[in-house]
Amino acid sequence: MTAVASVIRAPRTVNRRLLTAAAFAVLGLVDVFVFGHLAHAGDATFGLSLPGAAVTVPSLHVPAAPVAYALGAASIVLAIGRAAVELGQRVRRVTIAAVLLFFVVALLCWADAGNAIPLNLVNLLAVALSSSIPIILGAMAGCLCERSGVINIAIEGQLLFGAFGAAVVASAFGGLWLGLVTGSLAGGLIAVLLAVFAIRYMVDQIILGVVLNVFALGLTDFLFDRVLTPYQNRLNSPATFASVKIPGLGDIPIIGPIFFDSTIFLYITYAVVILVQVGLFRTRWGLRVRAVGEHPTAADTVGIRVLGIRYRQVILGGLVAGIGGAYLTIGSVGSFGEDMSSGLGYIALAALIFGRWDPLGALGAALIFGFATSLEQILSTLGTALPSNILLMAPYVVTIVAVASRGGKIRPPKADGKPYVKA
Amino acid sequence: MKLELRGITKRFGSLTANDHIDLTVLPGQIHALLGENGAGKTTLMNVLYGLLQPDEGEFILDGQPTAFHSPKDAINAGIGMVHQHFMLVPVFTVAENITLGVERTHALGLLDRRRTRRDVRELSERYGLHVDPDALVEDIPVGVQQRVEIVKALLREARVLILDEPTAVLTPGETEDLFRVMRELKAGGTSIIFISHKLREVQAIADTITVLRRGKVVGERPPTASDSELALLMVGRKVELRVTKAPAQPGDVVLDVAGLTVPTGDHLLTDHPAAVDDVSFQVRAGEILGIAGVQGNGQTELCEALMGLLPSVAGSVRLSGRDITSATPRDRLRAGVGYIPEDRQEDGLVTDFSVADNLILDVYDRPPFASGLSLNLDAIRSTAVKRVADFDIRTTSTSTPTGTLSGGNQQKVILAREIGRDVKLLVASQPTRGLDVGSIEFVHRRIVEQRDQGVAVVIVSSELDEIYALADRIAVMYEGRITGFRPPTTSAEELGLLMAGAGTGPDAGTQAGAASDSPGEPTEPV
Repeated sequence: MTAVASVIRAPRTVNRRLLTAAAFAVLGLVDVFVFGHLAHAGDATFGLSLPGAAVTVPSLHVPAAPVAYALGAASIVLAIGRAAVELGQRVRRVTIAAVLLFFVVALLCWADAGNAIPLNLVNLLAVALSSSIPIILGAMAGCLCERSGVINIAIEGQLLFGAFGAAVVASAFGGLWLGLVTGSLAGGLIAVLLAVFAIRYMVDQIILGVVLNVFALGLTDFLFDRVLTPYQNRLNSPATFASVKIPGLGDIPIIGPIFFDSTIFLYITYAVVILVQVGLFRTRWGLRVRAVGEHPTAADTVGIRVLGIRYRQVILGGLVAGIGGAYLTIGSVGSFGEDMSSGLGYIALAALIFGRWDPLGALGAALIFGFATSLEQILSTLGTALPSNILLMAPYVVTIVAVASRGGKIRPPKADGKPYVKA
Repeated sequence: MKLELRGITKRFGSLTANDHIDLTVLPGQIHALLGENGAGKTTLMNVLYGLLQPDEGEFILDGQPTAFHSPKDAINAGIGMVHQHFMLVPVFTVAENITLGVERTHALGLLDRRRTRRDVRELSERYGLHVDPDALVEDIPVGVQQRVEIVKALLREARVLILDEPTAVLTPGETEDLFRVMRELKAGGTSIIFISHKLREVQAIADTITVLRRGKVVGERPPTASDSELALLMVGRKVELRVTKAPAQPGDVVLDVAGLTVPTGDHLLTDHPAAVDDVSFQVRAGEILGIAGVQGNGQTELCEALMGLLPSVAGSVRLSGRDITSATPRDRLRAGVGYIPEDRQEDGLVTDFSVADNLILDVYDRPPFASGLSLNLDAIRSTAVKRVADFDIRTTSTSTPTGTLSGGNQQKVILAREIGRDVKLLVASQPTRGLDVGSIEFVHRRIVEQRDQGVAVVIVSSELDEIYALADRIAVMYEGRITGFRPPTTSAEELGLLMAGAGTGPDAGTQAGAASDSPGEPTEPV
């Protein structure tokens, strides 16, 4: 019996194992031959505290080339180990995380080697976390929506509408909080359209989502040209939320400035992630939402209002994505610009899927994407030779490696995208 | 609780699914609703359960007229239903499924898992329905899933319990177990409406039998009524309950399957057991091998692997000595394999295509139907006309889309296509599922005819009656393995044990070996 079973398992598992091992080896070789071999002579310097911090952590000096060689060698050793031995799931995950971390560290060493300006790690991570905010909120919006069985491709449009609404209202009436609420409602407005057409009229949800995105883009572009540009001062010059340092927590060296010294948006994001995670898996509300997304007929037969829950979830998702949109204007740059969500909604969608429709998984994926984005920004300010386009590919390379090596199944909510029609 | 249905009528467009149905269910009674597929049993129960709204008629509960606008109303009135397709969320635990909609919670809607677990455990113990509250529904066998459904209804204090074709997915042993539970519930005062099309079961368990035909009540009988009387009521004419067939005259080995192993097709989970696990058997020309087993034990995957629709990872398939293990489906069809798939609408037909087009789906690219790049429409039409007449396909024309035909006629189109050409081997999966008695007879007769012409036939069916009616030799599948080969004279009890996995182990292996090495031996019918 077991003999037969192992015959079945062997081919697939070996393939996947070798694929992962190969990916590890490639990353290791890049560490050695690109980041190690091509590095400028000298140390890389990493700053570990921001200027003006209460407690200053000394900067870290590391010899760039040797570190890259060592990390590359370690990755290759892991690759060999991966190819030779079948490891447990937890060990597999740790090895993946380690190889990716080695790669990033080697990259940073290479980038900063021999450079007079230290690379400030705390700043890098703080920027990474901030850039993740719209992606995280977008992914949570998708999660709220798709867990109830409605596909949300319209996250992009919700972000864009949210950004627009927040900027205009905050600028015209001067209230940042009012802008935040308006941004949220603007995202909710797109969601209402999504809900009505998807649930009531059963329009194909993928097409509908794309159409709503195009609609949001077209409308905001038009209004930007015709209304915002002529009245720039009046309508498109909002203030932005200031950073709020959390007393106590914000003063912890390294951690404080990254996690507890940011705008209200970051704290809202924490709250949303926790609420969605706990809500979906620990409460009656979540149980019903997931039942509707998995098996709506079963939910209906025990008296749960399937369509009502779907409407609520879609709109709730829109409100959350709208906050993510508001961040783009009144949380960071202030004024609204054409197509300023620039695909973040789609990245949020990818994070949701990559995170297996799980709030914490989506959070992790969103952070990886956000980190890659900020890495690109920071490295270009350091003036490295690496073309930024290559860096922009990083999150997707990460995705491919992770998906190939994880080897699990990705299972969306079973009724996702399927309109509910009564028996 | 006394439940009366008065003049319930439900129409779908021009079709009257329920036509002025009157029915009275007394407290503590097991009331069977007997009828063919399509007689309107399930529709009636969906109306009663509030999933559908009746066009006419009313329900009277203990003398009080009541209307159910939604399942919630029905549940509140004490009506519970176990649907034919279970209403369980596979990724939820047993306890979550049972309490969905009536969750036990702390403040703020936080789920109270301890109380949920305790309530479920208490209730299941009280009725001898053992279920593990923490198991995931997707991990437990169907028989247990059904118990979960029953506990779910009981938790909502159902006093009338509707069981829609509950035995369709059960082994004979599990059916006995279900009957025990039903008797226990009845003793506790719960009324049960038991929907079935199986005479034997209805006679075994019911207190009263109401027979439905074409949406109408055609009679009410006590369980002592004879088979033939009930069958006559159900079908409306005299039916032959058994196919008459001569003893098989097995010839050379046509299909030789050795050690066939098929991974689970659904997903790429590596730690999942194989769907078909080291299966070996042979079928000779002129014999029917019936593969019995509860649905979902690898039969579907076996058929699809035989047709080349699923890849196998080990073992071989030979057709008249030729190795076709890695042949494409088209190669296999051309080599003389006919295939009647389990899901006729999904896999057997292009339902938007006409009858004529469906009849040539396998040979459209060869003469006389194709010449060069173009189709020869005349040949297609004339062949279709001939086949429609030969196979008694009731359709308004050969250009009617097959999707509009009845199930029986759809199956005849598939049958006409698959055995219309010369085949050596016919693989038929659930060939009569959901058909009316007339069509079942027709399909069975044609399959036996094929056998008599020297075709090797493999029939997969989860209906033991069908296996008995057709098979010259019976193989039983359980969890992807063949647990035994038996002659058709074997008792249902014995087959039931094999269907539940008994007989796995060395002696099953010898059975398989004996059957494939010397098919003239005890497994062969006389």
